[in-house]
Amino acid sequence: MENHSPDEGNQSSKEEKHIFDNPKNVKRLIRILFSICFVLFIMDFIIHRHLSFEEGELSVEAWPGFYAVYGFVACVVLVLVGKQMQKLLMRREDYYEH
Amino acid sequence: MSINLHPALFLILGGLILPLFRGKVRQALLIIFPLLGFINLLGYESGDFWSLYFGGYDLEVLRVDKLSLIFGYLFHLAAFLAAIYSLHLKDGLQHMTGLMYAGSAVGAVFAGDLLTLFIFWELLAITSVFQIWARRTSRSRASGLRYLLIHVTSGLILLTGAALQYQNTGSLSFKHMELASVSSYLIFIAFGIKCAFPLLHTWVVDSYPEATPTGTVFLCSFTTKTAVYALARGFEGTEQLIWIGAIMSMFPIFYAVIENDMRRVLSYSMINQIGFMVVGIGLGAGMGVNGAVAHAFSHIIYKGLLFMSMGAVLFRTGRINCSDLGGLYKSMPFTTGFCIVGASSISAFPLFSGFISKSMVMQAAADQGHLFIWLALLFASAGVFHHAGIKVPYFAFFSQDSGIRCKEAPLNMLIAMWGGAFLCIFIGCYPWPLYSMLPYPVDYLPYTATHVLLQLQVLFFSALAFAYLKLSGAYPPELKSVSIDIDWTYRRLLPRFISAVVRVGAPLRDKISHACRSLIERGIGLIQRHHGPEGIFERTWLTGSIVMMVTIALAAYLIYYF
Repeated sequence: MENHSPDEGNQSSKEEKHIFDNPKNVKRLIRILFSICFVLFIMDFIIHRHLSFEEGELSVEAWPGFYAVYGFVACVVLVLVGKQMQKLLMRREDYYEH
Repeated sequence: MSINLHPALFLILGGLILPLFRGKVRQALLIIFPLLGFINLLGYESGDFWSLYFGGYDLEVLRVDKLSLIFGYLFHLAAFLAAIYSLHLKDGLQHMTGLMYAGSAVGAVFAGDLLTLFIFWELLAITSVFQIWARRTSRSRASGLRYLLIHVTSGLILLTGAALQYQNTGSLSFKHMELASVSSYLIFIAFGIKCAFPLLHTWVVDSYPEATPTGTVFLCSFTTKTAVYALARGFEGTEQLIWIGAIMSMFPIFYAVIENDMRRVLSYSMINQIGFMVVGIGLGAGMGVNGAVAHAFSHIIYKGLLFMSMGAVLFRTGRINCSDLGGLYKSMPFTTGFCIVGASSISAFPLFSGFISKSMVMQAAADQGHLFIWLALLFASAGVFHHAGIKVPYFAFFSQDSGIRCKEAPLNMLIAMWGGAFLCIFIGCYPWPLYSMLPYPVDYLPYTATHVLLQLQVLFFSALAFAYLKLSGAYPPELKSVSIDIDWTYRRLLPRFISAVVRVGAPLRDKISHACRSLIERGIGLIQRHHGPEGIFERTWLTGSIVMMVTIALAAYLIYYF
């Protein structure tokens, strides 16, 4: 029913080059990401963000870069905790079959 | 106004007669039935209802209001897209049950009483399981059975709750409830099972990845969203939901990070997204419920789109694990593009559908001063971007080239994905038609400088974190594995416990039965000795000796009482 027709590898020599086969393009993409992050951080000094909470409830949110730092730290924490969970929870692929 | 048919009729009856046709006719009907159903539904307005006196009960088999209408439209839309997506299938069973499944969901959201709701609730379970079984592997058989068991149980709990409510109040009507009586708790748990509350969530991540490529697209649209509707109808403003929803939005993202199967990653992120809706329902009337319903609307479309793109990958390559995929953007450029649109929507990028709905729930949490909930949801937003927004497209289509070269997805799949992607962007850029359909009047502007900046900062710095972890090598490698979850308790612990009981119990049982048998044998021996042919009681006694014994007994009696 399913259509499995992957003809794998062995043709990379003839194959046309794709955009990310060139490491330069990958670097370029990462550089674009860095610049966007930098611009967004700077925007905190230019645009006056309204606070999401009333004065005093979450005073740190007024600090420039609070949400940027929050997003970054959240993801790093997420992955580091995930790595620890992997040790605890990971099993062989056929774990439930035996 | 013309006479309308019940909104679920076209889908359920249409599904039933579908196997009578073959080839092009069946394909045409598969698309036409959701359209006819939709046109039929357009004839209904808020306030319409059908009551029925049946077997001594007052039933309201149809109740139309803004809340049920928006879900009705949404389910027809989802059925339409899923039908196009599965058009290439030769398997009539999947077409038939797919439409009936969508029809059951439509029936459930228009049910005005608990008995009607129960009937559609069970019908949802029975029709949907075929999307899993149709994969026809031993895994999918077992998984489907577990799925069915859990959902039928949910229905039975609902029925018990309904019966208790009838006993207490004399009414079966399905309306707002306080979480106080036993009946309301039972109904709450029944909804909770279908809504994938924490600890009750395992059926989602167990069965959805085992379904067929097209089956998952059907499955992800209806069951959990019917439960979201039921919660919004019955338990709007119930405070416990805020906390349950926050937990739902948090814990699955950790699993999603380490999970290898793409469709399981998406299943975990689905629980995370439903968490946002549950929080919204808990926050109550107005912005909260509006946000939840709007999010359900955009969610069905973008989650369907993501499952479609992964289904196309599975269909073409036969693989679905992160560790086996990579570099597919070369072979499937369109699917890649559609997947990125879905990923941007679920991550709530401005101009995509997730943004205009998720931000309503967040705003409602902030307005009511729920600081921790707000921070939890923000964490969950960063997390969902991390795994559904980046991980899924990255490991499937980019990452290390796996060397797989395949054809682009079939045309019908591409058309369905195009439809989903178009709606994601359309709703994101122009949310007003959606806002006007929401159950409460909307007084909300999604595109303010604050919202947009805040969201972009969270998202781009999450992306920065991903890039940093990936480049520094700290990102956990994708390994062939399964991660154990709560279902471990009934798939491993329970069987182990039972076999342990058998292991310890069997010798004990043997000993006990041995002891019993020897006791019985000894008893029989004793009886035989006394009553057997040679037994003392069976002997023929001489009359003289009996007279002698009686005389002795009488003499003893006399001496004793004298």
